Amino acid sequence: MAETVLELRDVKKVFSDGTEALKGITSTVKKGELVSIIGSSGAGKSTLLRSINRLNDPTGGEILFQGKNILSFKRRDLRQYRRHMGMIFQGYNLVKRSSVIQNVLHGRLGYMNTLSGGFGHFSKEDSFYALEVLSRVGLKDQAFKRADELSGGQQQRVGIARAIAQNPDILLADEPIASLDPNSSWNVMNYLKQISKEDEITTIVNLHQVDFAREFADRIIGVKAGEIVFDGPPAHLTERKTQMIYTT
Amino acid sequence: MSEMKQEKNRTTKNLIITVAAVFFFFSLFQLDVISETFLASFDGLLGITSTMFPPTLDEPIDIFGAAVESLQVAIMGTVFGILFSILLAAFAARNLAPHWSISYAVKTFAAFVRAVPALIWALLFIVAVGLGPTPRILALAVNSIGMLVKIYAESIEEIDESVLDAVKATGASKFQVIMQGVVPMLLSTFISWSVFRFDINIRYAAVLGVVGAGGIGWELVRASRMLAYDQMLAITLVIFGMILAVEMLTRFMKDRVIQVNAKASS
Repeated sequence: MAETVLELRDVKKVFSDGTEALKGITSTVKKGELVSIIGSSGAGKSTLLRSINRLNDPTGGEILFQGKNILSFKRRDLRQYRRHMGMIFQGYNLVKRSSVIQNVLHGRLGYMNTLSGGFGHFSKEDSFYALEVLSRVGLKDQAFKRADELSGGQQQRVGIARAIAQNPDILLADEPIASLDPNSSWNVMNYLKQISKEDEITTIVNLHQVDFAREFADRIIGVKAGEIVFDGPPAHLTERKTQMIYTT
Repeated sequence: MSEMKQEKNRTTKNLIITVAAVFFFFSLFQLDVISETFLASFDGLLGITSTMFPPTLDEPIDIFGAAVESLQVAIMGTVFGILFSILLAAFAARNLAPHWSISYAVKTFAAFVRAVPALIWALLFIVAVGLGPTPRILALAVNSIGMLVKIYAESIEEIDESVLDAVKATGASKFQVIMQGVVPMLLSTFISWSVFRFDINIRYAAVLGVVGAGGIGWELVRASRMLAYDQMLAITLVIFGMILAVEMLTRFMKDRVIQVNAKASS
C-alpha cells in the first residue's frame, strides 16, 4: 500500500459574499496517484485545488501534509510548504515578458533567500536544472525566447516545467487543458502523466473533459455543488454516474 | 435600431453640423479675423522674415551653455518627476492603495496638477524659490507627476493578478513576487512613458526659460526684445537641433528597451 501524502478533513470554504463553495470535503490522496477531479463549472473544483496550496484559505476543516495541518501555517512555513506543491493553471500564468527559462527558474524561488531570488541571481546549477526540465517537456530549443512567443500548448508545457523545477511532492493542475485544442490537450496531458509516473509525483488534475479524465487518471473524484459525489477508479465511472455529476 | 430612431439620429447630426458651421462663420465676422490688418500682416511678416536671414550668433552670448543648462533642467525635472510618480502611483493604484479613498485622493491630486500648465507652475515656483534653474526643475517635476502618476497607476491596475498567483504558488516571498512578477510586467510601460515624458520635458525646459532667467528660452526672449530677429532664428534653430538630437536619443533608448525585453534577463 502506498503511503498517504495528503489528507483532507471536512474542508469548507464560504466566500465573503456567502457562497458556499466547499461543503465539507473529506478525502485522502496516496503517493504517486494521478487523481482527476471532475465536475461542472462552479462545482468547487478550482476552490478545492486552490485551497490545497492556500491560494485561497478554507474557512473550516483541516488539510494534513506530512502530519501537519497546513491551514495553520503562516508566512515562512507557508512558503516552505508551497514549494512542495507545483501548480499548473488554465491560463498558463507565465510572466509573458520574461524568457521561458526565467519562468522555469521561478520554480526555484521558494528555495532561495528573498534578496537573491528577488534580483534573479539564480545559481548555475539551478539554470542547468531548468534547462534539463525544459528538455523533458521538449522545449529546450525555446529556452531563451520570450514566453509569449510560444503557442498555447508550449506555454502550458513551460507551466509544467516551472512546477517540476520546484521538485514538488504534489502537482496541482487547475484545468490545464481547458484553453487548448484537442491535439495540444492530449500532448500536455501526456507530458503530465509521464512526469507524474517517472518521478512518482502525486498529481491532482481538475478536468472539465470526462474523456481525458478516463484516459489519464488512476482515480476520479466527482464534485458537485461543493461535495464529493463520486470517488473511484475510471472503470467505475458509469455513464449514469457521469450524468449524475454533471446535472444540477 | 428602429427606423424612427435612425431618422432621429440623422436629424440630430444635421442640426449639430449646422449650428457648428453657423457659429464658425459668425465668429469669423465677430472677431474681425478677415480684415485689412489681417491682409496687411503679410507685409509685416515678409519684413520680419527678411531680417531673420542670415541667422547669426554674433553677440557674445553663451548659447551652448544655455542649451546645456536647459538639458540639465529637463533631466533633473524628469528624474525627480519619475521618482515621486512611482511613489505616488503605488498609492493611486486601486489594487495597491491601503484604502480606496487614498487612491481617489492621489488621483484627484494628479488630475489637478495636470490641469495647471507647466508655465504657471514655473511662475509659482519663481515666486517661491526665486530665479534660476530650481523653479524650472520643480515646475517640470510637478508637471511630470501629474501625467506619470496617472499612467503608472493605470498600468499597475492592469496587472494580471493570476500571474502573480502562479509566482506565489512556487513559494516565492512577497519581495520576490514583486521583483520577478510585477516588475517585468510593468517595466516596458514604465520606461517607454518615462522616455516620452523626458521628450516633453526637453521642449518645456526650453520654453520655461521665457519666464525665469537662464536657459535657452531666456536667450530667445532677450533676442526678441532687442528685435534681433536674426539671433532669434539662430536660437530657434539651436532649440530645434537640440530637440531633434534628443528625439533620436529617445528613439534609440526605446529600441533598446524593446531589445532588452526580448532578451529578458537570465
